[in-house]
Amino acid sequence: MADSGIGSRTTRREDKRFLTGKGRYTDDINRHGQAYAYFLRAPVAHARVTGIDTSAAETAPGVVAVFTGKDMEADGVGSLPCGWVVTDKHGQPHKAPPHFPLVRDAVRYVGDHVAMVIAESAAEAKDAAELIQVDYEELPAVVDPMQARSSQQIHEAAPENLCYDWELGDKAAADAAFAKAAHVTKLDLINNRLVPNAMEPRAAIGEWDSGTDEYTIYSTSQNPHLLRLILCAFVLGLPESRVRVIAPDVGGGFGSKIFAYAEETACTWASKKIGGRPVKWTAERGEAFLSDCHGRDHVTHCELALDADGRFLGMKVDTTANMGAYLSSFATSVPSYLYATLLAGQYTTPVVYANVKAVFTNTAPVDAYRGAGRPEATYVVERLVEIAARETGRDPAELRRLNFIKPDQFPYQTPVALMYDIGDYEPSLDKALSMIDYKGFGARKAASEARGKLRGIGLSAYIEACGIAPSAVVGSLGAGVGLWESATVRFNATGTVAVMTGAHSHGQGHETTFAQLVSEKLGIPYENVEIVHGDTGRIPMGMGTYGSRSLAVGGSAIVKACDKIIAKGKKIAAHLMEASEGDVEFANGQFTVAGTDKSKAMAEIAFTAYVPHNYPEGVEPGLDETAFYDPLNFTYPSGVHIAEVEIDPDTGITTIADWVAVDDFGNVINPMIVEGQVHGGIAQGVGQALLEHTVYDRDSGQLLTGSYMDYAMPRADNFPTFRVETTTSACTHNPLGVKGCGEAGAIASPAALMNAITDALGVEIDMPATPEKVWRAAQAKLRVAAE
Amino acid sequence: MLTVSMTVNGKQVSKEVEPRTLLVQFLREHLSLTGTHVGCDTSQCGACVVHVDGTSVKSCTMLAAQADGATVTTIEGLAQDGELHPMQAAFKEHHGLQCGFCTPGMVMSAVDLLKHNPDPSDREIREWLQGNICRCTGYHNIVKAIQAAAQSMRG
Repeated sequence: MADSGIGSRTTRREDKRFLTGKGRYTDDINRHGQAYAYFLRAPVAHARVTGIDTSAAETAPGVVAVFTGKDMEADGVGSLPCGWVVTDKHGQPHKAPPHFPLVRDAVRYVGDHVAMVIAESAAEAKDAAELIQVDYEELPAVVDPMQARSSQQIHEAAPENLCYDWELGDKAAADAAFAKAAHVTKLDLINNRLVPNAMEPRAAIGEWDSGTDEYTIYSTSQNPHLLRLILCAFVLGLPESRVRVIAPDVGGGFGSKIFAYAEETACTWASKKIGGRPVKWTAERGEAFLSDCHGRDHVTHCELALDADGRFLGMKVDTTANMGAYLSSFATSVPSYLYATLLAGQYTTPVVYANVKAVFTNTAPVDAYRGAGRPEATYVVERLVEIAARETGRDPAELRRLNFIKPDQFPYQTPVALMYDIGDYEPSLDKALSMIDYKGFGARKAASEARGKLRGIGLSAYIEACGIAPSAVVGSLGAGVGLWESATVRFNATGTVAVMTGAHSHGQGHETTFAQLVSEKLGIPYENVEIVHGDTGRIPMGMGTYGSRSLAVGGSAIVKACDKIIAKGKKIAAHLMEASEGDVEFANGQFTVAGTDKSKAMAEIAFTAYVPHNYPEGVEPGLDETAFYDPLNFTYPSGVHIAEVEIDPDTGITTIADWVAVDDFGNVINPMIVEGQVHGGIAQGVGQALLEHTVYDRDSGQLLTGSYMDYAMPRADNFPTFRVETTTSACTHNPLGVKGCGEAGAIASPAALMNAITDALGVEIDMPATPEKVWRAAQAKLRVAAE
Repeated sequence: MLTVSMTVNGKQVSKEVEPRTLLVQFLREHLSLTGTHVGCDTSQCGACVVHVDGTSVKSCTMLAAQADGATVTTIEGLAQDGELHPMQAAFKEHHGLQCGFCTPGMVMSAVDLLKHNPDPSDREIREWLQGNICRCTGYHNIVKAIQAAAQSMRG
């Protein structure tokens, strides 16, 4: 097993199909007789809809049908729900206004869904949509979360456009801690709004079978069962047993493909309305910008109190979070339980108080995007700590070290609800400092300055809560679902194995990693293990992939299922070897009897289970076990990233001179895949810090950054070669000792980069550090120096 | 409707298409060659890169009619006799892909780079790839893969 077992850099088995053009993404699928949907979207940010005339569109060439919100209302189609109810600081549930797949009385953001045209071709549907006459009575729009509460009300159910005013921590204790402080660092931050931009645009095919009254939905989903649950239970009122969701190869998601959207809902519903023809929709990139859920968009004031020795005494954080025009599937959890609970960071800060106001604006809904709340928390903590070090004349690395939770303090109860099971932060710090030659920075800075350049270095010591999530815990906090995972391990009679997992890869390489895991666990050849995912018709109910959960939760379910296989295998082996079950041992694919040379291979046991001619009494035939795993706690990946930048003060261009990352993900199955996840995460965080910015016009609410011409996606030449290492403190509460790695890079990197840039500039700027902003700051610094 | 003929992956094809049909639509919808992807509307992302008469082209930015009479190679036509092209093999070996959506365009673009520059520096690779967006890999392993392919193709 050496070349494919746990810990090996096995190349990915999914790559061959992707590299030869044989990947099968949703838009690659065409169903017999399919029609094409196009969605007419709101051209204005906020308006009453007083009339929709679809008559001209209905008679346009190729048009099959035109539907509006009235048609859905008449059919009893429900609202897209938010699955996490946050209780505000007065004990009241958050405000959850209705979110209909097609609007009924008003449009609330540019891109809102006004009507659906179905035609023989996508082009005909799009052409016909132009013939729909909509009467809009325009209303004032608000896009800035800080203006939301004093602006035109967007939903009847949400006065002041307030979704919730929520708090975590002890305010009085925080005030008392601050009263004793020798130094207080204060900071105002904007966590800029991002568009996730998975390279595969969302797509869906809805198909109703008139013969069986069953539905099949092909969708670009990270979690097909969750999509089925939401559509069936809340929106379309269908029995789940009649609905199959297939998410084939999914071209990236980063959170944006977790949610139940209007488009797949409408395609599914419309297929029955038009008599069972499949209805296909594929987003254009412009539609993705307008209507994929966005990420981040926080405005924060935060303060850190330190004593005279530099020890953290307390932290206070006040955040306004933009929810957009409607609540997406898990939107409310992101700036609350996935954010404020991480504000202790890696530190022993004894008191933390956070107040979060979530508001509605006339913008696209905001929900989880790679890291989801944890990058925002890390940005607050790590910017505060860095600036506190500068203000008090301390080395930023040593200030962190001084305040780290020490290894003997675990399990560590933070003041913000979480109980970290394990961690060891200094080895990551030391390794990162050594890798970047921290001591040599002064000389490198002097060399840069000699060339007329500014140089800066910045650290970020992040922590995240992953392996989402213990069901009872999230349930007590308002989640409407359990966040366990399932797995079926099914031996075939010939000894090959199919593993059905509820996790769903959209780039993470599960087909490889999970096969490595099962191969090692059961001692069978890697090639004999097939991973099946992404199809509710083939897998047990599962919760999907997000929150760096697939290995920690989904992998643990696979381990449990393998354990059941081994336990049953021992009964069969004991019978065949005429031994007592208690004497049978299993290792490396062989059942043996202790103290004898008797041995049976796993494949032989599997064959016997399906051809049970000589078989133990009372044992069922077959070797096919399902397990569900509900984690006992979150996992807590952590690490230190250090960025070093050089800035050209004449152009404002920031060059990332070096990047080192040392992450503790616990045990690692495939280091190659883990490193790839870190690279990609860093790139997304660098994108946020340096390039990406979602801009809505403040007056009209128009999205100004609606294409790759206007929204700066990170390109290859924006990056250096990353240097990535790991340290290991194994998770204590899951059977693999793994923590998760998918989001770490995006969580750590914005703070590291902004700490480096502001170190070089000597002044604060907000993300993204565009050349213009950097140039202005650099010029101001040079002027001050000249004076 | 007009008739468009071209050689795609070594096969002569001829189809009746609407005049506005893009080359990428021709490949995906008329020839069912779905390895070539559409990732944007603005000719930025490069998921649709194919070779037309040996040169990398964004097939979303060219009408099928403009490729009339041309020789087109798509990602499906790169491997020969079941053997991955050295660029494909290097992407696999160096984990130069994750979700796989940008990958066909990346690979086709990279193959063209090496035709122009068989021994590129990291910087030259990164600059060449400005027209190809990847959201998953941070480009790190893509650059590594192209370096490795360049080395193996130089022999």
